[in-house]
Amino acid sequence: MKHLVFYLLCAGFFTLYACGGNEPPKETTATTPSTENNTATEIHGTEIKAGDITLSTPLNAAWVTKGKEIYGLKCQACHKLTDERLVGPGWKNVTTRREPQWIMNMITNVDMMLEKDAEAQKLLEQCLVRMPNQNITKDEAREILEFMRSNDGVK
Amino acid sequence: MMKITALPCRSAGIALLFTAASFQSCKPRGATAAVTGDAAEKVYVAPGKYDEFYSFVSGGFNGQMSVYGYPSGRLLRIIPVFSLQPENGYGFSEETKPMLNTAHGYVPWDDLHHVSLSTTNGEHDGRWVFANGNNTPRIARVDMSTFRTAEILEIPNSAGNHSSPYITENTEYVVAGTRFSIPVLTNEDVPINTYKDNFRGTISFIKVDPQSGHLNIAFQVLTPGVNFDLARAGKGPSHGWFFFSCYNSEKANTLLEVNASAKDKDFIMAINWKKAEEYLAAGKGKKVAAKYAHNLLDEKTHTATSTILNEVLVLDPKELEGIVYFIPCPKSPHGTDVDPTGEYIVGSGKLAAVIPVFSFTKMQQAIAAKNYDGSYDGLPVLKYEAVLHGEVTKPGLGPLHTEFDANGNAYTSMFVSSEIVKWNVKELKVLDRVPTYYSIGHLSVMGGPTKKPYGKYMVAYNKITKDRYLPVGPELPQSAQLYDISGDKMKLLLDFPTVGEPHYAEAILADKISKNSVKIYKIEENQHPYVSKGEGQTKVERKGNQVHVWMTAIRSHLTPDNIEGVKVGDEVYFHVTNLEQDWDVPHGFAIKGANNAEILIMPGETQTLLFKPDRAGMFPFYCTDFCSALHQEMQGYLRVSPTGSNVALAFSTGTNKPAGDKDSTAAGAKAE
Repeated sequence: MKHLVFYLLCAGFFTLYACGGNEPPKETTATTPSTENNTATEIHGTEIKAGDITLSTPLNAAWVTKGKEIYGLKCQACHKLTDERLVGPGWKNVTTRREPQWIMNMITNVDMMLEKDAEAQKLLEQCLVRMPNQNITKDEAREILEFMRSNDGVK
Repeated sequence: MMKITALPCRSAGIALLFTAASFQSCKPRGATAAVTGDAAEKVYVAPGKYDEFYSFVSGGFNGQMSVYGYPSGRLLRIIPVFSLQPENGYGFSEETKPMLNTAHGYVPWDDLHHVSLSTTNGEHDGRWVFANGNNTPRIARVDMSTFRTAEILEIPNSAGNHSSPYITENTEYVVAGTRFSIPVLTNEDVPINTYKDNFRGTISFIKVDPQSGHLNIAFQVLTPGVNFDLARAGKGPSHGWFFFSCYNSEKANTLLEVNASAKDKDFIMAINWKKAEEYLAAGKGKKVAAKYAHNLLDEKTHTATSTILNEVLVLDPKELEGIVYFIPCPKSPHGTDVDPTGEYIVGSGKLAAVIPVFSFTKMQQAIAAKNYDGSYDGLPVLKYEAVLHGEVTKPGLGPLHTEFDANGNAYTSMFVSSEIVKWNVKELKVLDRVPTYYSIGHLSVMGGPTKKPYGKYMVAYNKITKDRYLPVGPELPQSAQLYDISGDKMKLLLDFPTVGEPHYAEAILADKISKNSVKIYKIEENQHPYVSKGEGQTKVERKGNQVHVWMTAIRSHLTPDNIEGVKVGDEVYFHVTNLEQDWDVPHGFAIKGANNAEILIMPGETQTLLFKPDRAGMFPFYCTDFCSALHQEMQGYLRVSPTGSNVALAFSTGTNKPAGDKDSTAAGAKAE
């Protein structure tokens, strides 16, 4: 039940934000637990900036293979390799639609993205299921990105 | 635990006759009479803030263990241990059924009385909680990182496993003592009235592997046919010894209420387990045939296995001198508790007018000087006066259990006079007393049984509730009460209802375990034989009349969600893997008509529900744990056809594949 409340709150919140274009209300204490005593807060990846990633060709074949493996284990249930939306968007041409750091932050840093990235917020409105934290490291996200590039025809 | 029906008010009145300490006059105690003005502030834990202590509270006849936060008294978790729990499938899923296996087969209930938190050098180390099954003797180990039952060991040659599960200061051993003596090591089918000749007790010393925590019975000590009640290990100077309270030294086998209360003194039995280890190393243990189950959870496969073991080593102290000594203790001692220094051993004779405190140093001197008061069943009885440090006089009525703070004080629960009495261990002086509502059994000082008690709070676990809460019919929740013990005077802060019937409970500083709490099972490390590591590995396979479904769950669909080709008479195993890797995103699985329960599957875990369809038809299944905005859509169908039908196995998600009917649209369907 708590999940429902949380998602509805998020969905409602983001809808408001998208429609009104106002700053999000600062009063978030009711939904955000205090962390003062909480030693067990979740750890998420740090933000990946534009300059942190270099793309090169030819593709790193080992990364493509590893990325594909991770896709099968943790991504395939929701993302097709075509442009068809399943739970989340299909991956075809995602590397031309999105910046590489955007893709990697969506994988490793989804809370931050849903908080401040307008495109990520739009996607939540469309899909209504939060992109889950699948416990993926920065290096693994880079391998997934390489697999996405391969899926988009980069050699 | 015995119950009395006497009103606590009357008990207090009776107590007045016996004690010089000032009691309230015999008028109804108001619910708030004993509460101080700042009580609410002291137990208020603001939303989002954490409690300072976890308390692991035995569930008594519900066979479970509950976890409360103190000082708020909030219920955080119920851990199924000896009883099945439909809420999460414990005892219903294929992975957990073996955990409840015994030499008597599947026993899905027990009476969980006491808990012990693992210690290193006498202080909590935050690793395991041990618990006893009283009825079909068993000891369980709960892992504090997962809050799950990780192991259950059955205890042979035992009946009424009450004097358990107490631990030595480095968790070298967990002990399990018999409440009932029975004809052990022999044919059990004897006339009951041959008790004095044939019945014996046993104390099992269960070795705990220091790394894995795995349990095995190192040896059993054969004892006279008394009844063992409770126990505590020595610590510090008395490390190496263990103390057990015994009643029924009369060896009665009927109307124990009267017949086991005849003698002025029963015993505290002291066991020198280091000496026992020496005899064991010298090969003095006798191998005895015994059938008992050892059930162990494998964290990588998320699956429990049950192994039946066939023998134990038994040491007979009648033949092996220096293992067992008896200390006379007034009138059917219930609790026997060792103070933080390890020097003082407190016996709580529940029918006694005094609380005797024994000295470990004097006990050693008495043993060295053979200062005996005869023998009991050929075993030495030490002279009461020779081992006595002193007696607490007129403490109250019906002393049961004693816990300690770090300042040399003891707190004893008084069942009959419904109060807790604080007294100084060295000086044996009563310092304070507070009423409890009503008829307290066990009590728990934060860290009370360790070498370094945290103090601060104390909880009374009461046996009678009566008027403390809104009435809920004839059966009432058991009442617990939290007291502030930081000052000279004990102060009542909070009442809260509990689950089951708590006996003992033990509290630990939250920081010692919260940081180790497991949040997810890593899907990469999942070694379940039927795991689906990704949706691409989902499938349905038939093996004779068994149909195995490799299924995945992720927000918000189950794969496969359309299954055909199952027939009446089949056994369908749903092996559901939760592909989520985020904290607090379990999925559930339930199917119409299943004769068991749902299963809850934690992130990265695989659990299996067995379904035996009893008729042809359509059997919907769905996720039971509200997981997302589209949780309601997380559902599917199992089609069951009549026995002998030619519908082929077919399964899919997201596309309407051709049906499994061979006659109509068999193309594309998977052949059986």
